[in-house]
Amino acid sequence: MPMNRRTFLKTSALVGGGFTLGLYKANVALAQDEPQPELQPQAFIHIAPDGKVTIMARASESGQGMRNMLPMLIAEELDVDWKDVIVQQAELNEKKYGIQFSGGSANTPMGWDPMRRVGAAGRMMLITAAAQTWGVPDAECTTQPGRVVHGASGKSAGYGELGAKAAALPAPALKSVKLKDPKDYRIIGHSQKGVDTQAIVTGKPLFGIDVTLPGMLYASIEKAPAYGGKVKTANLDEVKKLPGVRHALVIEGTVKQGPVIGWEPGMEPGVAIVADTWWQAQQARKQLKVDWDLGIAAAQSSEGFAAKAAELLKAPPAATLRQYGGPDDALKAGAKVVEATYEYPFIAHVTMEPQGATAHWKDGKLEMWSGSTLPIDGRGLVAKTLGIKESDITTHMVRSGGSFGRRLQNDVLVEAAWISKQIDAPVKLLWSREDDVLHDPFRPGGTMGMKGAVDAQGKLTAWHQHFITFGDGKETTSCGDIGRDSYPAGFVPAYGLYSTMQPLTLRTGAQRAPGDNAYCWVSQSFVDEMAHAAGRDPLEFQLELLSNKQAPWKASGEDQVKDHEPSGQDVLIPERFKGVLELVAEKSGWANRAKTPGRGMGIAAWFCHLGYFAEVADVSVDADGKVTVNHVWAAGDVGSQIVNPAAAESMGFGGVIEGMSHLGQEITWVGGKVQQSNFHNHPVIRMKQVPKIDVYWRKTDYSPTGLGEPTLPPILPAVTNAIFAATGKRIRTLPLQKSGFRWA
Amino acid sequence: MPIKLTINNVATTVDVPPDTPLLWVLRDVLQYTGTKFGCGMGLCGACTVMIDGRAVRSCITRVGSVTEDAITTIEGLSPDGQHPVQVAWEAIDVPQCGYCQSGQIMSAAALLAHTPHPTDEEIDSAMSGNICRCGTYPRIRQAIREAAEAGATAGKQ
Repeated sequence: MPMNRRTFLKTSALVGGGFTLGLYKANVALAQDEPQPELQPQAFIHIAPDGKVTIMARASESGQGMRNMLPMLIAEELDVDWKDVIVQQAELNEKKYGIQFSGGSANTPMGWDPMRRVGAAGRMMLITAAAQTWGVPDAECTTQPGRVVHGASGKSAGYGELGAKAAALPAPALKSVKLKDPKDYRIIGHSQKGVDTQAIVTGKPLFGIDVTLPGMLYASIEKAPAYGGKVKTANLDEVKKLPGVRHALVIEGTVKQGPVIGWEPGMEPGVAIVADTWWQAQQARKQLKVDWDLGIAAAQSSEGFAAKAAELLKAPPAATLRQYGGPDDALKAGAKVVEATYEYPFIAHVTMEPQGATAHWKDGKLEMWSGSTLPIDGRGLVAKTLGIKESDITTHMVRSGGSFGRRLQNDVLVEAAWISKQIDAPVKLLWSREDDVLHDPFRPGGTMGMKGAVDAQGKLTAWHQHFITFGDGKETTSCGDIGRDSYPAGFVPAYGLYSTMQPLTLRTGAQRAPGDNAYCWVSQSFVDEMAHAAGRDPLEFQLELLSNKQAPWKASGEDQVKDHEPSGQDVLIPERFKGVLELVAEKSGWANRAKTPGRGMGIAAWFCHLGYFAEVADVSVDADGKVTVNHVWAAGDVGSQIVNPAAAESMGFGGVIEGMSHLGQEITWVGGKVQQSNFHNHPVIRMKQVPKIDVYWRKTDYSPTGLGEPTLPPILPAVTNAIFAATGKRIRTLPLQKSGFRWA
Repeated sequence: MPIKLTINNVATTVDVPPDTPLLWVLRDVLQYTGTKFGCGMGLCGACTVMIDGRAVRSCITRVGSVTEDAITTIEGLSPDGQHPVQVAWEAIDVPQCGYCQSGQIMSAAALLAHTPHPTDEEIDSAMSGNICRCGTYPRIRQAIREAAEAGATAGKQ
């Protein structure tokens, strides 16, 4: 089967490199399946006669700063002043722009080399245009920002004068162009404000929800309260008579209930109501009466999941994912053995902008406006579901109000397109917040049975981890698989990682640092437990563990996708992991931390999506179990260069704050029905709960990598380890409320 | 029945049921799309507008209840985008995804209108009704302090 991005997204959590690695492989696979033309500078760079340079942003923007970061790389090597740059969002056209995907913290590693080369090639073409005009060799010319200069004659010409001539020249081979010495950077490494910031602060229409077309109608969809439930009957005739209602349509849907639901399973059944305004459609929904066939999903409950997990945890694991060093014998030989069960819940994405899309079917062609972060998959899914050709679809990539992995899945786009084709009119589909929570592709919950041993010297000697996850026994639910190199694999002398699945008739998906956002919490909490069992400082305990690499990575062994990045950056490099731990310890004053009742500090680190982060939380807990995070120190290593420093710091703040939100969230089911609906019962962190946060960088010689994800995972165990330090109570069940704590 | 409204100092008339939330009148009838929908329950603050200078959640405000009031949306906060809060927001580059920011700015502007020099506690209290899912809160705090400072400086001149 030819590999595509979807396949890899599904298996994304398999290795330490995580999500990103799948992308590299997908690039390779794409290149093999369908030869990709070399990127052309003319596709990305348009120079106006007045010297203003329009640079195309190829990736979608949902707050990670991609409309800045990728164009900054081009502008730097093109050698133009950033103030003269106008950034324009590209439409979906991967033949022209290369990969147009925002996920897996992948745009920095995927774009770092090609985007700089596109800029450098553009600069060479401008030099050639000038040299030809002046009748001098290219080699005698150079550039200053926005100008080509011939030193010997003193001639110079602005890019605006040369743009048209340069654009007509053949582009040099990208691999042949010379790149700047980083010490000469004027744009990269210098904070550049968000290209949309002014439009945002003045309320300009920028987002998917703001798209407005002439004659556009508004749609809302009622779906079954349990996943994939089908419409038996509905009072459509009554609903159609309500004010403003133009259409009421039964969606048969294409999803099939079963013990595992795939990554992008298709359309869910429901009833679409189309009205003159969205509020009218929403009001009409209140009068809608549907008799649902909930099918097997109706039997699902959180209690049932927990009971089944407890039962499976007592039985031998169904699968050995990785084992070396004889973990069972090592546990028996341990001077101290700790056993613990960790549980974390399903959680929802709750992007600030609820899901939505706009579509216009006209004369056999479809135009779509979408905040999708994986729009090529969206186009493919729409074509397949509607039975139309991808070449008849135009996809506009619209800024979205947050994704956090949610908008990798294109269900909402398919719904909008389907409705538009049915009613032959432009339509904007918008989910309510309740729809958004109820029908989210949730971060899957999980249970981990942990056993560990330390020897008489207090060294970690055995690690035994049994993961109860969801799936049909062969395939796990999306983002419910775990990497065979899950830390501390390779560092503890005896290691076993096992799994058992229970069925799940629900859609799950990628949530910022998928897999890692939960596995880090379990692993770094249990390392902390083992350190305390050994009577040692958790930092010192972990630094020693990292100095003790037992099982070198073997490409043939644990690399599930057989595709190591050439630099080897997808493998945990102990020096980098230790480096961020040491930096955060220094900045937080870890060694001299006060130890007072009710106040404590916790430390944790993680490697994922090619980045390393260590975080320390200083936490107060009052007599009622109310938790205040006073201060967080974060130290990151994402290689040799931070492209946009202020935006990078913002990503650091965001990862810490989102991770704190995860600690208090939980989605539960009773009778197949989600029990949460909005921000009051699926809360996110608010201003009054936000700690002081300091973000530090450790620069290393590795190629630059992304920041969306690796900032997040360590904060969860840093906070729960701090609560342990403050109270002596180990948190092994999330959310915090289930362990007797809550946010102040 | 036509309903008279005054939005950003402009009198206008809409023909919608009086129990329609102000948010949807602004967005879908009058095309003031800067005001955002986030929760529909007054929980997140994305829909914040000013009504007679106070921060109000437009998603739970019936349009029929504000016919006598001065309604200000993000589009009308200043004629040129130069309200001190907007200036500070831009200077500090507060937004990530940006979706919640018009609501944040309206809450901050309402806070500073009544409390020109808020303490950290007053900032936290006034802003805790506005959720930012991206976690721009540290930048928002900084921007409010700068806007307050700029206001103080302007006041001395």
